[in-house]
Amino acid sequence: MFAAENGLRGDPRLQAISEAIRVVPHFPKPGIMFQDITTLLLDPKAFKDTVDIFVDRYRDMGISVVAGVEARGFMFGPSIALAIGAKFVPLRKPRKLPGEVISEAYVLEYGTDCLEMHVGAVQPGERSLIIDDLVATGGTLSAAIRLLERVGAEVVECACVVGLPEAKGQRRLNGTPLYILVEPREIENCY
Amino acid sequence: MSACRDEDPRIHGIKTKIRVVPNFPKPGVEARGFIFGPPIALAIGAKFVPLRKPRKLPGQVISEEYILEYGRDCLEMHVGAVEPGERALVVDDLIATGGTLCAAMNLLECVGAEVVECACLIELPELKGRGRLKGKPLYVLVEYQ
Repeated sequence: MFAAENGLRGDPRLQAISEAIRVVPHFPKPGIMFQDITTLLLDPKAFKDTVDIFVDRYRDMGISVVAGVEARGFMFGPSIALAIGAKFVPLRKPRKLPGEVISEAYVLEYGTDCLEMHVGAVQPGERSLIIDDLVATGGTLSAAIRLLERVGAEVVECACVVGLPEAKGQRRLNGTPLYILVEPREIENCY
Repeated sequence: MSACRDEDPRIHGIKTKIRVVPNFPKPGVEARGFIFGPPIALAIGAKFVPLRKPRKLPGQVISEEYILEYGRDCLEMHVGAVEPGERALVVDDLIATGGTLCAAMNLLECVGAEVVECACLIELPELKGRGRLKGKPLYVLVEYQ
């Protein structure tokens, strides 16, 4: 669900956040309008507002784990975790995490990829939040949900800054609620 | 300078939480700097600029190649992210030989920024990275011999 439909309609912070995200045409390949959140990170107020909106939503939900998807999920997750007093757990591509891991494969447009989490990072029964910069098909987030559920954690919600049209209308991913701040801006606004 | 030498009581708590994993290769640390940098940036009201491995950043980039134990690697930064004259802090989880941090500093200086300091959670002093930072100060929280 989008933040604007969930109590933040007309919140000026959302417009500033949306406008701070740069659209890069044809990256990584022709036809893809890439939503570049690095420009959001260059705007301290908009970046802070992004984190604050998530923190305000999650601080009283008893969440003890914030799991961030590599690598852009790492740019948002730790700040949220610190503010709500939760652990930060990185979910990474294969062979990056040095200790014992569990792995979850997921399907890409062509082929498969894999997400890993350290064994022991999350305990059974912990309430968790998954964060990434963007959701498209939801394949990566679904793999992240499966990782956490495999160790007995409860995934309270998945949170993303941007939700692509494929994600629109999806209030849930495999039954897990999805919370998105903004939609992509129209092409004529990109630079 | 090391925070550990000042005996800040928080350091012991930090140090005991870092796990040492024997015999694991160090694949590139672009992502672990993203875990510590943004919270620091937010707290001090600064921009956060990710320095990334090639072909990850979508816009126009500048690149800096650096030498690894075997072969080379490359660090990239978005053009326009940093303005001339800006004062910059470089953050990573760990400094070993200093090659990555040196490449990071070069990128920033290339666009006219001033690198104030490099900050890492962990230093491996035997690898003498501290001396590869072009005279810039290094601040670390813990050392591992």
